[in-house]
Amino acid sequence: MPYPADRKYTKEHEWIQVNGNTATVGITDYAQESLGDIVFVETPKVGAELTAGKTFGTVESVKAVSDLFAPASGTVTEVNADLATSPEKVNKDAHGSWMLKMTLKNPSELDGLLSPGDYEKFVAEEAGH
Amino acid sequence: MSSVEAPTARKTALNGVHRQVGAKMVEFNGWDMPVEYPASIGGGIIKEHMAVRTGVGIFDVSHMGDIRLAGPQALAAVQHISMNDASKLAIGQAQYSALLYPQGTFVDDVIVHRLGEDEYLLVINAGTREKDFNWVRDNTRQFDCAVENLSDDFTQIAIQGPKGVDLLQKLTDADLSKVKFYWVTRGKLCGLPNILMGRTGYTAEDGFEIYVPADENTSARVWNEILAAGREFGVVPCGLGARNTLRLEGKLPLYGHEISDTINVWEAGLDRFCKMEKPEFIGREALEKAKAAGVKRTLVGSEMTDRGIARDGYKVQDESGREIGYVTSGSPAPFLKKNIALAYVPVEHSAVGTKVKVEIRGQGVEAVVVPTPFYKRPKKV
Repeated sequence: MPYPADRKYTKEHEWIQVNGNTATVGITDYAQESLGDIVFVETPKVGAELTAGKTFGTVESVKAVSDLFAPASGTVTEVNADLATSPEKVNKDAHGSWMLKMTLKNPSELDGLLSPGDYEKFVAEEAGH
Repeated sequence: MSSVEAPTARKTALNGVHRQVGAKMVEFNGWDMPVEYPASIGGGIIKEHMAVRTGVGIFDVSHMGDIRLAGPQALAAVQHISMNDASKLAIGQAQYSALLYPQGTFVDDVIVHRLGEDEYLLVINAGTREKDFNWVRDNTRQFDCAVENLSDDFTQIAIQGPKGVDLLQKLTDADLSKVKFYWVTRGKLCGLPNILMGRTGYTAEDGFEIYVPADENTSARVWNEILAAGREFGVVPCGLGARNTLRLEGKLPLYGHEISDTINVWEAGLDRFCKMEKPEFIGREALEKAKAAGVKRTLVGSEMTDRGIARDGYKVQDESGREIGYVTSGSPAPFLKKNIALAYVPVEHSAVGTKVKVEIRGQGVEAVVVPTPFYKRPKKV
């Protein structure tokens, strides 16, 4: 499937959508598909400091716990409270379900992330097609 | 999760069928097995679990093993290695039991079926196929009884749920209404003669397990005919993911978790399947001593009361945060819509209502001891 053009992607299957100096973060459709039914999302508190590449929370399916990795460094400004009660929304629409919003400490970090085309290629290789 | 198979994983005869419909595959105890099926065919762990609780689901459980004991002293052999009392079995009757080590701990749990006058079939776990067969053979040499490993001879399919019997009845001439729970019958199934069908399962629901020839063509044909016949009941193929959540809700033990070679029968709470009135069986002496010494820890059910999911191996703490035990199996329960777990705790902390904590990523999250089984199927009216 074509991945939305308005954002960048990580090899850990997160997406990050930038608007000036703030960004919105979620997980990709490939991630939700691999996980299966999502039953629990654990996000950091507002004000938490994130470091690019380090874990910031977890997403749990029935069978497993998966770490969430920060696509960029910065401070959490908002978390999606909806996901506490309806984690299955991430399965239904991963690209439309945001997990957190953050300010960016170092926007140039995004240069190292994958474009939608590169992410699509990466996913195709991972899936063994 | 990847659909690429582990190089040395074994495959059941239905492996191609699962892969062809796009099942997510996983390696389980050396077997390449479906963990869940695609949403496009009604799959997904939660949907599969709910299908079994409300309608019917089918499982490829051919990875399980089968040991046949037959001969003039077959009963004596079974009585020696099995903790339950097989002398109570009529022909066609089955019972849950376990094979024990001399220390009173578990070699494996097993369903013992009496198939004939002097013929018994032990259905055992996938991961313990070789170990169990060697154990049974080595510990029954003194009896006039042949011990055969039939594990590769059968494709075993479980048909489970309130509509399971109705589904199977469409495909067989055997009168299933005459077969009580934990009894078996033989009959023509999908045109195949003399097929063994047992009213057993691992889902805490009604249903059958059938044993058909293990060749790929027959196995695929039967599987697909079951799916076709089950369409009117909303049948869904189910993988190991739902198999685990279903058995957990029913407090059915899993080898390596609730039972193992370091856990004894009393700790596991399987007293009612252990017939100490039998004068002799492997493990009896140790169990008598253990009972006299007093059981120190016990298996309890727990439910999370705060946000979080207890999982296998997580530590259990008392209210003050002191470590007191561990989770043997923990998961969300799709039917009950709670996060449940089985855990070993000291007997002092085992009363229903006892508050405990589960350590989740360094934090103690609140939970409470609850009665088990978590789920019991409704009685048929």
